[in-house]
Amino acid sequence: MNDPYIVLAAILFTIGLVGFLIRRNALVIFMSVELMLNACNLVFISMSQVHGILDGQVAAFFVMVVAAAEVVVGLSIILMIYRSRRSTSVDNLTAMKH
Amino acid sequence: MTPLAPLAFTAPTINYGLFAPVLFVLGAACVGILVEAFAPRALRFQIQVALSLIALAAAFVNLVLNWGIASRALIDPVTVGQVVTGSLIHDGATQVMWAMLLGFGFVSLLLFAERRVHGGVTAFTPMAAATPGSKAETEAAEAGLEHTEAFPLALFSLSGMLLIVAANDLLTMFVALEILSFPLYVLCGLARHRRLLSQESALKYFLLGSGASAMLLFGVALVFGYSGSFAYDGIVTAVTLSQESDRLLIGGVALIAVGLLFKIGAVPFHAWVPDVYQGAPTPVTSFMAVCTKIAAAGALLRIFYVCFGGARLTWQPVIAAVAILTMIVGTVVAIVQTDIKRLLAYSSVAHAGFLLTAVTGAATTQSGLADGQLGSVGAILFYLIGYGFATIGCFAVVTVVRAHGREATELSQWAGLGRRYPVIGISMVILLLSLAGIPLTAGFVGKFAVFTAAWQGGYWWLALVAVLVSVVAVYIYLRVIIVLFFREPAGEAEVTIAGPMTLIVLAISLIGTLVLGIAPAPVTNVIAQAAEFLHAVAG
Repeated sequence: MNDPYIVLAAILFTIGLVGFLIRRNALVIFMSVELMLNACNLVFISMSQVHGILDGQVAAFFVMVVAAAEVVVGLSIILMIYRSRRSTSVDNLTAMKH
Repeated sequence: MTPLAPLAFTAPTINYGLFAPVLFVLGAACVGILVEAFAPRALRFQIQVALSLIALAAAFVNLVLNWGIASRALIDPVTVGQVVTGSLIHDGATQVMWAMLLGFGFVSLLLFAERRVHGGVTAFTPMAAATPGSKAETEAAEAGLEHTEAFPLALFSLSGMLLIVAANDLLTMFVALEILSFPLYVLCGLARHRRLLSQESALKYFLLGSGASAMLLFGVALVFGYSGSFAYDGIVTAVTLSQESDRLLIGGVALIAVGLLFKIGAVPFHAWVPDVYQGAPTPVTSFMAVCTKIAAAGALLRIFYVCFGGARLTWQPVIAAVAILTMIVGTVVAIVQTDIKRLLAYSSVAHAGFLLTAVTGAATTQSGLADGQLGSVGAILFYLIGYGFATIGCFAVVTVVRAHGREATELSQWAGLGRRYPVIGISMVILLLSLAGIPLTAGFVGKFAVFTAAWQGGYWWLALVAVLVSVVAVYIYLRVIIVLFFREPAGEAEVTIAGPMTLIVLAISLIGTLVLGIAPAPVTNVIAQAAEFLHAVAG
């Protein structure tokens, strides 16, 4: 199946994944994760159209809600780290290296 | 492109009687939030403890009363033109896993409620929002504040775990995974002492966890694209009948497996385990180590056995490779650890590997297993019960061994502790021997069961590797026992007198370990009769 939307979503997902793996700022990593979630939404919606069923569009709403909840938890944790360290770089997270 | 079907919605039928355990836990969590908002501060702790323990007990009683009821779909939506099995399914495996989750959740919450060892307050920080070492934090600590939100958060997480083991479509599985994860991210950052470590563990768990869930979700999207269905039976039908190329399906299955193997803590997705286990408050660590592992293993089993069990996919060799890697890395790295919480974390990674051998074996009634025998599912569930008792007990011991008012987690501080405190020392030895898989403990029976399941499934070489690795793994635990009894006391760490909650946890875990080790038959019979997945339910 060579649906162009799948290809586009895969490109978006890969950009998110690469950002997730190589970026060092917790906020940018988090944004990359959100990009990955949006790539998922694109697949859900386009595939919903291809198969002629609504399930995928409903799924997109679920994903949006989950992403919003993730922002609440994630930003509060990142803020907590920023306040105690004045930095959101994940390179500083080495207190437990053995 | 086909036009979309007209928007029609039929309300799902919900079987409230069978669904009640989840509702009890979820309801108690919501009430707990209201308690935080309205109850006076002095009473909150007592109310939260009573509320959550009663809710779990009520859910458990409800589950036992429903035990004999035949399997059926819990929530059964009827969609346009087709009847799907429902988002949640109630079968024997669900019942057993719910009982395990509620039981171990109850025991972990007892550890949450321990105040005496910490000098009259819980293990949770007085003010999570305050900067570590700041004036606000000191004042909050002096005022004796504590975050009793930990109880509703744990209940929310537990309700996600109950949902994920019963989930029968991929979307429900994803949402349940997030419900179980988000509260845990927050709980990790709530430790009273070593705030920086705790915050760091929360951030690491959150970033890696959200990345893993995003990968899982893309896997779900690809499988949906392939099959046009979220429901497991719809996917099975599509996998069997589809004439299209398998690329989307293979990519989807791989990404879903990544997300779940991350939660189980399998190599190469284990990097978070030691840091998070070390940094999180110890009661939360024990909750994560046991209940999250049960939930993730349950979800993984259901997906691979029910959803992708079809003949077109040969996933077993990949999982076998992951199992071998996980066992070896977990064991070898655990041997060199000097911190007891990190050691238990790597040991939990190794145990994930032993579990995966039985997942690979896939000995089920579908593959010709006789009725009433402990197949892969039953073996894994029994293994998790034994592992759960031993792990919760070990972490309970970790909370009482203290120096300068904090947990003494350095192994060197434990030197000679068993000689000075024989009761704690011998309890720890029994629990460690169970983790090592020595006969007469639950760990031995569990290991025997999972290796047998791998053997029955035709993976005899995997079972052989697992036996060899588990011989090496004995050394991890012997090392701790040697430190406890055969080193000169360092005199630094002391065993603090614990309140009744911790003592109950310790007693339960010891009794569970020994009873299941000496007379496992009643429990294995129950599991063997009940623990099979329901494969297809007609409307």
